[in-house]
Amino acid sequence: MPSPPLLALRGVCKRFGVVEVLTDIELEIRAGQVVALLGDNGAGKSTLVKVISGVTPADRGVIEWEGRPVQIRRPHDARDLGIATVYQDLALCGNLDVVGNLFLGQEVRRYGFLDEVEMERRTSLLLERLTRGVPDLRAPVVSLSSGQRQTVAIARSLLGDPRILLLDEPTAALGFEQTSEVLDLVDRLRDRGLGVLLISHNMGDVKALADRAAVLRLGRNNGFFDVNTASQEQIIASITGATENVPRRMAHREAGW
Amino acid sequence: MVKGMQSGAEAPAPSAPTAKTGRPPRGAALAQLLDSGVAVLRRKLSAGELGSLPVVLVLAAVWITFQSLNASFLSPRNLSNLSVDIVGTGLIAVGIVFVLLIGELDLSVGSISGLAAAVFAVLNVNHGVPEWLALIIAILAGTLAGTVQGYSVAKTRVPAFVVTLAGLLTFNGLMLYILGTSGTVNLDENGLVAELTSHYFTHDAAAYGVAAVATGLVFLVSHQDRRRRMAMGMPHRSFRGVVTRTAFLAAVAFTAAYLLNRFQGLPLALLIFLVVVAGLDIVLRRTHYGRQVYALGGSIEAARRASLNVTGVQTAVLAVSGTMAAIGGLFLASRITSVSQGAGSGLLLLNAIAAAVIGGTSLFGGRGTTWSAVLGMLVIQSIASGMVITDTPTAVQFMITGGVLFAAVVIDALARRSQEAHGRA
Repeated sequence: MPSPPLLALRGVCKRFGVVEVLTDIELEIRAGQVVALLGDNGAGKSTLVKVISGVTPADRGVIEWEGRPVQIRRPHDARDLGIATVYQDLALCGNLDVVGNLFLGQEVRRYGFLDEVEMERRTSLLLERLTRGVPDLRAPVVSLSSGQRQTVAIARSLLGDPRILLLDEPTAALGFEQTSEVLDLVDRLRDRGLGVLLISHNMGDVKALADRAAVLRLGRNNGFFDVNTASQEQIIASITGATENVPRRMAHREAGW
Repeated sequence: MVKGMQSGAEAPAPSAPTAKTGRPPRGAALAQLLDSGVAVLRRKLSAGELGSLPVVLVLAAVWITFQSLNASFLSPRNLSNLSVDIVGTGLIAVGIVFVLLIGELDLSVGSISGLAAAVFAVLNVNHGVPEWLALIIAILAGTLAGTVQGYSVAKTRVPAFVVTLAGLLTFNGLMLYILGTSGTVNLDENGLVAELTSHYFTHDAAAYGVAAVATGLVFLVSHQDRRRRMAMGMPHRSFRGVVTRTAFLAAVAFTAAYLLNRFQGLPLALLIFLVVVAGLDIVLRRTHYGRQVYALGGSIEAARRASLNVTGVQTAVLAVSGTMAAIGGLFLASRITSVSQGAGSGLLLLNAIAAAVIGGTSLFGGRGTTWSAVLGMLVIQSIASGMVITDTPTAVQFMITGGVLFAAVVIDALARRSQEAHGRA
C-alpha cells in the first residue's frame, strides 16, 4: 500500500436548501500531481472547491488529510492544513494595493503595527519568482490588467507555502501568452511537490498539464481518467453524459488508485 | 489641517522616479524634482487616485472668494473661531468616514450625538453625578448604541442605512424621554465640558510646540522608513524628498500656529480634534484592524474568504461611529453650554456625511482617510462663516454647500470609473 493521498474526499455531500448540489463525491489528490476537475456548467465544480476550501463546508462525508480525517469548517481550517485556493473571481480587494491583497488576513506586524516594508520586500521576491512583468506593488489592484490580477491571486495563495493548490478556471479570462505563463507556473509548482486541483473548461490545458482527470456530472462523480492514456473523446463523452453507465463502476475503482 | 494632504500623499507608491538619482547640480535637481512630482501626479490622476487634491482646490477657491469680498475673512480671529467650529461636527464626520469605508452609511449619528449630550446633562446637572463620570457614561452610551446597531447589521445583513434609520428615530425618542418635560438643560459655564471648546492655551509656546512636535514626528517616521528600505535595497524616497515634504508640512503647521497665537492661542478643541484624527488615521492605515476595514469596503466576499472576522469588523466600525458621534455631541453642547430638545437634529447629520464625502471619502467604500473629515468640514464651515460675514442669506449657503457636495460625489464616481477603465486597458 503506497502512502495515503495528501487529500481525499469520501462520500462528500452538499445541499443548498432542497437542491442536492454534490452527492457522494470521491476525490484524491496526491503530492506532485495535477488533477483536472471537469464537468459541464452547474456540475458542481466550483461548489466542490468551496467545500474543500471551507467557504461552504460539506454537510456529510469524510475529508482525509494524509490519511486521517479532518474537519474543514472555515477558510481558516483549510489554510492551516495547507490548502490554498485561487477562486474564479479571484476574490481580490480592488481598492487595496498588491501588497495589501497578498497579505490580507495574515499581515506581518512590527511593534503591533503593519510592517509595510517587510511585506513589500517579500511580495517583490515572490512575484519576481513567478512572473516577468512585476506590476507596481503600490497600485490598487483594480488598476491592474486581468493577467496581472491572476498573478497576484496565485501569488497570494502561495504565500503560506501550501501543500495543495485549488485553481478555479485560472486561464478563463486570459489571453494566449498569459495563459501559457500560468500553465508554466502550475507545471513548476507540481515539480516542487504541490498537489494541484485544476478546474478548467479548456481540454487543451487539461491535456497539456494534468496527470489525472475527475469528471463531475450533475453533482456526482462521472468517471476518473488517466489523462495520458484516455482519449479526449472518452473524457468529453463522460462530461456530456453520453456514457451514463460509467460512473458507478468507475467510482468503485477510485479506491484502488 | 494640511497634514491631511501630507498623509494622503504618503500612502501610495514610494517608488517615485526620484528614488535612485545621484546628485546633479542645484538648478537641475530642482527641475528634476518638479518633473518627477508632475509625473507622479499625472500618473495618479490618470489612475483615478485624486486623493485630497480636489477638496484643497475647493477650499482655496472658497477662501480666496470670501477674502476678496470681505477682508476680515482670513483674519486670525475668524480663522481661530473657524477652527473651533469645525470640531463638533468634524468628530462626528470622522466616525462617518469609518462607516463609508466599509461601504455603508450611518444615519443615526445625529441622534446619538444628541442622546449623549442629554445623558451627560441630565446625569451631571439634574442628578449631581461628577462631570468626569457623566462624560464617560455619555460616551459609552454612544459606543453601546453603535455596537447594538453594528451587531444587528452584521447578523441580519440588512443594509446599515436601514438599521440606523430605525436608530435615528429610536435614539431621538430616547433623548427626548431622558430630557423629560424640562426641555432645555443648561450646563455649568465653567465646567469640564464647557471648557472643551472655551479653553485656549494662551502661551505662544503651546501652538509652536505642537507644530514642532508634529513636524518632528512626521520627519522621524519617514526618515526611518527610508533608512529601512535603503538597508533592504528596496525603492525609497530621496533624502531631499523627505526634507521637502517635512518642510511643506512645517510651513503649514507653523503658519497655523502663528495665526492662532495672534488671536487667543491654541484652542483645546482643535488640539483634541487633530490628535483624534491623526490617531485614527494611524489605526486605519497602519494596523490589522484598519486593513480589515478597507478590505470590507473593497470586497466583502474577498474579506470573508481571507477568513477576516466580518461580523466583528462591521460591529466595531459602527461602534466607532457611535462613539465619535457621542464625543462630537458633547463638543456641540459645549459650544452652546446647553442641551435642548433640538440637540442632534436638523442639518447636523447631513453636514457630517457631506463633510466626509466632500473631503474625498468614497461613497462606494474602500477609499478615504480620516483627514477628509477635517478638510470637508473646513470647506462646509468656511462657506457658512463666509456667508455670515458677507450677510448672505442662509438659502444661498444651502445651495452653495449642496453644489459642492454634488461636485464631490460626481468626482468620486468619475474617479472610480476612471480607475476601472485603467484596469481594463
